[in-house]
Amino acid sequence: MATQAQAAAPGGLKQHFSNWRLALVIAIVAIPGSVFLFPLETAFWVSFGAVILVTATVVTRAWGRRPGPLLVAPALATLLVMNIFPLLWSLGLSFFHFRANRLSPPRFAGLNYFEKVISDPNVWDRLQTTAIVVVLTVGIQLIVGFLLALMFEREFPGRRILLMLVLTPMMLSFVAVGAFFRYYYEPTFGLLSQAVRLVTGEPYILLASPEGAIAGIVFADAWMWSPFVMLLVLAGLVSVPKYLYEAAEIDRASWWRRFRTITLPYIRGLLLLALLFRTIEAFKLFDVVFLITEGGPGTSTETIAVYLYRVSFQYFKTAESSALAYILIFIVIVLTNLYLYFVQQREKEEEAPA
Amino acid sequence: MSTIRLRKVTKRFGSLVAVNRADLDVEAGEVLCLLGPSGCGKTTTLRMIAGLEDATEGDILIAEQRVNHLRPSQRDIAMVFQFYALYPVLTVAENLAYPLHYERLAKEEIAKRVKRVAALLELESVLERTPGQLAEGEKQRAAVGRAIIRDPNCFLFDEPLSRLDIEQRQVMRGQIKELLSGLSKATVIVTHDQLEALTMADRIAVMRDGNIEQVASPHRIFTEPTNLFVAGFIGTPRMNLVEAALTETGEGHCRFELGGQRVRLPITRPGLSAGSRITFGVRPRACEFTSEPGDDTISGTVDLVEPMGAETLVHLLHGEQDLRVVVDRTIRLAVGEQAHLRFEPESVHLFDESGRRVEAAA
Repeated sequence: MATQAQAAAPGGLKQHFSNWRLALVIAIVAIPGSVFLFPLETAFWVSFGAVILVTATVVTRAWGRRPGPLLVAPALATLLVMNIFPLLWSLGLSFFHFRANRLSPPRFAGLNYFEKVISDPNVWDRLQTTAIVVVLTVGIQLIVGFLLALMFEREFPGRRILLMLVLTPMMLSFVAVGAFFRYYYEPTFGLLSQAVRLVTGEPYILLASPEGAIAGIVFADAWMWSPFVMLLVLAGLVSVPKYLYEAAEIDRASWWRRFRTITLPYIRGLLLLALLFRTIEAFKLFDVVFLITEGGPGTSTETIAVYLYRVSFQYFKTAESSALAYILIFIVIVLTNLYLYFVQQREKEEEAPA
Repeated sequence: MSTIRLRKVTKRFGSLVAVNRADLDVEAGEVLCLLGPSGCGKTTTLRMIAGLEDATEGDILIAEQRVNHLRPSQRDIAMVFQFYALYPVLTVAENLAYPLHYERLAKEEIAKRVKRVAALLELESVLERTPGQLAEGEKQRAAVGRAIIRDPNCFLFDEPLSRLDIEQRQVMRGQIKELLSGLSKATVIVTHDQLEALTMADRIAVMRDGNIEQVASPHRIFTEPTNLFVAGFIGTPRMNLVEAALTETGEGHCRFELGGQRVRLPITRPGLSAGSRITFGVRPRACEFTSEPGDDTISGTVDLVEPMGAETLVHLLHGEQDLRVVVDRTIRLAVGEQAHLRFEPESVHLFDESGRRVEAAA
């Protein structure tokens, strides 16, 4: 049927229940028209009907002819509505004077808010805090994860059970981990304080000093995510063919040479991947900080993500927070591309025969 | 002195006996091939010598020293692995130099040795490539080079040629033999390919189910197989092994009954008495067709003719038995034809009921 219609009037506006072009034209005329002509409520329903009409014709046309695109269409539509549209909308907002808790319509502001964010000393202060946390937590995660992987590479009694226990933190929810560590650091009956009191006789308030609070957050995050690094490294370690180690043993290679020439090449890519994932995640660190210290004492543990949350949902500086969020996305994209660049450089080096 | 000795070495994996009380001596400059079907324990034996597996019982001696308790790195050995085990991120030159780092040699000395080995194995043009960029034959030569660059106590080869194609195998067989003959080291080569063993080895140890069945020179393994397994395993086409009965032992001759036919052969076996059940073995190239039947021939029907180029393989149906005979290609036989077969008396092998060889002289 549809093919006949197409053959009779290619690209035309022939009347047919599956003629989506006609439906689209009707929608394009009807929607602005109704907005101008009718009261707002009527215009809404007219527009709604027009959208349904276009969707229905497109679906009818695709039915049985192109089932693939039709099947992914709902997912794409959801992604568009729930994800991409808000993303673009917030990008738009960052160029306007707008606060989500005021009724006043947005006024164009140009790059005003980007300028404001970049010249804001608070932002630089929070970025500095974030950098300290990122370097510490990612460093610890890589080292601890790596050592754990070395331990779990070998078979030993109880390995499976221990492995399961070690992997548990990664599977817990952020809130659970946050709540757990909050109690763990609690001054009066927290486990840490109790343990210290056994030695010194005084209760210990880790989160009272800026350094202690940072340490507490780093510890919690590293505790949660070291297993992730371990899992990646372990995957690399078990992929090393055993006969290479045997050959190295017979060739009397030292431990260090064996590690450098056999083990490291097999796990290097995965280590870099772990570094990338964990850096991006740590850069966005919010849950654990918010649950354990809420950024305190003062603003000493306020990471950029927590700051963003405050600007956005406590001070309701919607436009400013949008601008800040976009600057953060930009930073993450730059980091990611730097990583990919290095990986590709390395691959090129390895491929090129001298 | 570079020697390897095994004294009643046993390896058990749980209840499975992989190697059973193996005794073996490899002298300096000698190449010994461990030959056997897969799963016979030959690789396990090699890995025990290397120290990659621990012996459950028995003593392993390298250079006359007991090494059971030593790690592979302390045994001063060189090994070529089945999958070459070249270090994938290092170039061929770095792979060759790898075993030398332990000796803390000067850079120039290492470079000199690498150059020498590369020249020996025709690897000069690929020294800067990584193993991934090498052809199979080059990988194999690099693996051999990494072994011979040192001056170890002994050389161990685990199926060194199994991944090469037939042509490369023939070339490498000769090359390895030539290399080893100049090194005067004890060498053990594991292989499942009898042609490889027969061409490269000074002596062959045939293994089955963890037992060493026979250790002898390639010539003796072929002419005097010690039991039915070795007789059937060595030689292509396989030796004909026929159940038979010894009906009469006389002065200078014996009479047999093979598949209902009687045959008289001018051989003596003092170890056998008349009436005993035996297995009669003769190689396909140790018999010939005759035009007339006689008391030293058996008759059969030509069942299948397989031309092999210079020779022709004829399958002769004798009773229930299929006898393989290799004849010159000029001899033409038609399928279904009646033919008479005479055995070379000196090439007849007799095995008693337990499968052991019966010698001509007691």
